[in-house]
Amino acid sequence: MNGESFLFTVFALATCLGAIAVVFSQTVVRMAFWLVISLGSTAALFFLAKADFVGAAQLLIYVGGTLVLLVFGVMLTASGPYLKIITSPGEIIMGSCVGLLFLFVVFASLDGVKWREPSVAAMATGNPVVATGNTLRPIGLSFLGSRPDQDLISDGDDLTPGYLLPFEIVSVHLLVVLIGAAYLARAKRRPVGSG
Amino acid sequence: MTADLNSYLFVGAVLFVCGVVCMATKRNGIGVLMGVELVLNGANVNFVAFARYTDLGLDGQVFSLFVIVLAAAEAAVALAIALNFYNNHLTIDVDRANKLKG
Repeated sequence: MNGESFLFTVFALATCLGAIAVVFSQTVVRMAFWLVISLGSTAALFFLAKADFVGAAQLLIYVGGTLVLLVFGVMLTASGPYLKIITSPGEIIMGSCVGLLFLFVVFASLDGVKWREPSVAAMATGNPVVATGNTLRPIGLSFLGSRPDQDLISDGDDLTPGYLLPFEIVSVHLLVVLIGAAYLARAKRRPVGSG
Repeated sequence: MTADLNSYLFVGAVLFVCGVVCMATKRNGIGVLMGVELVLNGANVNFVAFARYTDLGLDGQVFSLFVIVLAAAEAAVALAIALNFYNNHLTIDVDRANKLKG
């Protein structure tokens, strides 16, 4: 077992066990902790898959941003730090059974599919971007609308379109969403008797 | 366990199923949100794995970046809704949200 396989096994196990622990934890704070473990290990899996920019973005946005947001939500909505809204054992058992069946279906169908191998031409010319993991500049260029990584290995004359329009749309979407969230979350009125 | 395409897809499947079960069984609104995050992460693992092990190339990584950004937006809006719900009901138990029930 070489180093990459060992690291992959460790982080894959951490990801899966963290996700399972999120399902079976009863308090929100513990769920948030296990979610940190799971998402951080997912970022490590991204680094192992030579997607360094995506891994860094996962660490910054998910583990740094979204989870802080979630923990603030826990703080603002709980009367105590260990708020318990108990799921009954019967529901947990039934959910686990359905989940196991669903997992079995997904595993069986994944095992049955023969995915298309990378084409020989792409392997020969070696799409160098994804193979080496030096993805920062190509991702930035693709957001600006040019795709040198595709244009250099394709033999046609037409250029591959980039992702300028989706990038702009998602930027405006994020701005609108954050303004809307700030508008929704401001304290308008307290119900009577809450202090 | 070697790091090939199917291993990554299995990890993504486990994340997805855990997220779905979490969404279905948790009665805490924020727990449901965490389930959604797990599902989106499972999709991200699949995107990155296909970018690495097939000739999808950079497109998979770009799409996983879009998924990350949209998940952040979704978390912000959903938390604002949860805070609003808490302001009105003093709980975030999703079973108590039955005002619209016909």
